[in-house]
Amino acid sequence: MTVELQIDGKEVRAEEGITILEAAREAGIAIPTLCYHTELMPHGTCRICSVEVETRGRMRTVVSCGCPVEQGMVVKTRSPRIDRIRKTLIELLAPTSAVDGELGGQMKKLAREYGADTHRFESRFRDRPTRCILCGQCVRYCDEVVGEHAIGFMGRGVDRRAVFFPEKAKACVTCQACFNLCPTGKIPSETDFVVFDGFSVDDYLAGEL
Amino acid sequence: MASKRISSAKELEQLGRDIASKADPDKRIVSICTMSVCGQSRGSGAIAERFAEEIRRAGLEEKAEVRQTGCQGFCEREPVVIIFPEGFYYVNVEPDDVPEIVSATLSKGELVERLLYTDPTTGERAAKESDIPFYSHQMPIVFGDNRRINPREIDDYIGLGGYGALSKALFEMSPEQVLDEVKKSNLRGRGGGGFPTGRKWETTRNASGETKYVLVNCDEGDPGAYMDRSIMEGNPHSVLEGLLIGAYAIGSHEGFIYVRDEYPLAYDNTIQAVKHAEEYGLIGENILGSGFDLRVSVHRGAGAFVSGESTALMNAIEGRVGEPRMKYIRTAVSGLKGMPTCLNNVETWANVPLIINRGSEWFNSIGTEGSKGTKIFSLVGKVNNTGLVEVPMGMTLRQLVYDIGGGIPQGNKLKAVQTGGPSGGVIPEQYLDTPIDFDELTKLGSMMGSGGMVVMDEDTCMVDTARYFISFCCEESCGQCSPCREGLRMLREILNDICEGKGQEGDIEAIEDIAEVMQDASLCALGGTAANPALTTLKYFRDEYEAHIREQRCPAQACQALTCYYIDPALCTACLICRRNCPTEAIYGEKGIVHWIDQEKCIKCDTCFQVCPPRFSAVRRISGEPLPEPPAPGTRVTREEKG
Repeated sequence: MTVELQIDGKEVRAEEGITILEAAREAGIAIPTLCYHTELMPHGTCRICSVEVETRGRMRTVVSCGCPVEQGMVVKTRSPRIDRIRKTLIELLAPTSAVDGELGGQMKKLAREYGADTHRFESRFRDRPTRCILCGQCVRYCDEVVGEHAIGFMGRGVDRRAVFFPEKAKACVTCQACFNLCPTGKIPSETDFVVFDGFSVDDYLAGEL
Repeated sequence: MASKRISSAKELEQLGRDIASKADPDKRIVSICTMSVCGQSRGSGAIAERFAEEIRRAGLEEKAEVRQTGCQGFCEREPVVIIFPEGFYYVNVEPDDVPEIVSATLSKGELVERLLYTDPTTGERAAKESDIPFYSHQMPIVFGDNRRINPREIDDYIGLGGYGALSKALFEMSPEQVLDEVKKSNLRGRGGGGFPTGRKWETTRNASGETKYVLVNCDEGDPGAYMDRSIMEGNPHSVLEGLLIGAYAIGSHEGFIYVRDEYPLAYDNTIQAVKHAEEYGLIGENILGSGFDLRVSVHRGAGAFVSGESTALMNAIEGRVGEPRMKYIRTAVSGLKGMPTCLNNVETWANVPLIINRGSEWFNSIGTEGSKGTKIFSLVGKVNNTGLVEVPMGMTLRQLVYDIGGGIPQGNKLKAVQTGGPSGGVIPEQYLDTPIDFDELTKLGSMMGSGGMVVMDEDTCMVDTARYFISFCCEESCGQCSPCREGLRMLREILNDICEGKGQEGDIEAIEDIAEVMQDASLCALGGTAANPALTTLKYFRDEYEAHIREQRCPAQACQALTCYYIDPALCTACLICRRNCPTEAIYGEKGIVHWIDQEKCIKCDTCFQVCPPRFSAVRRISGEPLPEPPAPGTRVTREEKG
């Protein structure tokens, strides 16, 4: 079964059940993402891939990585509203993910594209920067693909952290699959390949993260 | 309770009649709310024990008995004792009042005048509940049985006709008819969103799935709100009966009751209610011999506000972390374990037996065009009569605050009413005549929410109010999605700064930008609505934000960092009251010598302002203007103390 929808004015046919993001990519339309990975279940938490959709006359904002396509759906991947969302999200994520005030990788690229002032909230950010935007790609990749469950989340809200579980991290020395996934480069640059000191569950429980 | 399983509608009816006929009409019932955690904390348990002891001592065991009940609503005057059948209503009762009540009221039917409620405005005493304005304007159809039953005794509930609606549904109605009746009643979800209950049931019923679940959401966590707790503590069988009827209509055979961890008594009473209902055959297989089955499990939360969100609650029941997940397919279609799931709030379920018993037409006769029935509110904050109130939808905020709530203490002026908890907003004084219903409150930028209603007076700072709710959500956000986690973190910092006089130009615009992203892009409703308290205070009280930012002035003189205390030498009579009450010994002065405050030592606790007798009013709060020089040491009073 296929459905017909419109993405940025382009008529698109897509298989029923796939997401807007998948349909857009198949049609050659790019939507930025931070927490999405083709091999993983959609997580829908970075919200960067938000798009505007109109179904049955109703406009709403959805995340394209999780929202399934529907017959007759009209999707806008760029609009003043969507651009504002992405710009403000980058501005909000910047202070925690920057290293010496500078962004790297995908974050830097997005900041430029959406005109984000990456220093906008810097003076108000009083917590220790973790260089982690909690996209969870490392956690989910280790769970869903590698099957080692060596990384997980602890805490909630602003205290949420991605941490290593040392007793489960034996295979990490040779695996290192998460190293290339990390959009801020935290894992390769801060990880001692054997002990992961710096952000293990023990550090979290000791109140050091 | 009888130990026998009830296996037919007739047996249930007979049991109800037996219980009712066993009740001696001449026997007085002393109703005390020991089955609510607030009653317990006010010492109602000791009063109940004292009654039992005094009744024994007076040899009145045949003439009177104590009934331990759940919350009766008038929390301001706890502990409350109601004597039935007369309905005599005693307030603020202490254990030492008990012998007098026993010798006068229980023995002779006489009133103990001094324990009656006295109306603060008219000075009149009220003998009965119905004479008290707090109650006389209410319509307690859901909450009213609380004072008549012991929630741990299923027989008390059955004696009042309990489970009669279930029996009627199972034997006189088809599931379709039950569904139709609930749809026609126009009942809307009491948990916050106000989604039509019948439609949710119908979607679940029509969705395909081998198993369907029915769930009770008792994860109420809005600051100041305790309606659901009080129903669950005080009348759990009414919720169970509603759940059973819903399960029958939907075609579900498995139910869960999610009770938050912070509600230990509600949890215990729910467990007990389920156990008793199972023993009677009202839960389990072949209920009342009808062939209908429903298993019910009670799930205890683990202390997270966000777990009240539907998908988070389902995750928690599944044994996962209680965090929301994406919901592009409704939970009525794919919920718990991926199966069609109907989740309703405690108060919603408790309305169902009433609708089945009395019909949708009756239910439609109460309320407004778009919101039918009653709503229970927890009326708290700067209001004389705090407590739980149940009123028909459409009552105005003014009636609620003044007629039921008795107005604002100390004759202060009302500034705003906060509704809907951390997802809601403030409604300023000029909208006080707004009828309370789902749609009207939403139009004002707030929401009905689960029924929290915090009254605020002129001493309440609106920026500080926003700061409080934003900090609450910041603590309670699960932290998965970036707009909610980072947005709340930044809103909290900005609002803290503004309250501390460190606001900057551009802060208001930053709040609005962040709020927009949170509303548009958050994963769940917590993040989507968490900015509402900031947005509504900005909408109605923007000048207060500007005063904080531009003039370092808190118009309500409530923000500590922006407020100083000063004793006016021309008004001070050197009565020593403020000096004696100051916790940090920051006030100097002697008899006859004008008092002054050492600003270095002052912690701005407001005590001096509150204890200075109103006839002097010498202590002033100062914000946004320079503090006058203190009087020279040894300055003598110029004002004579009169009377």
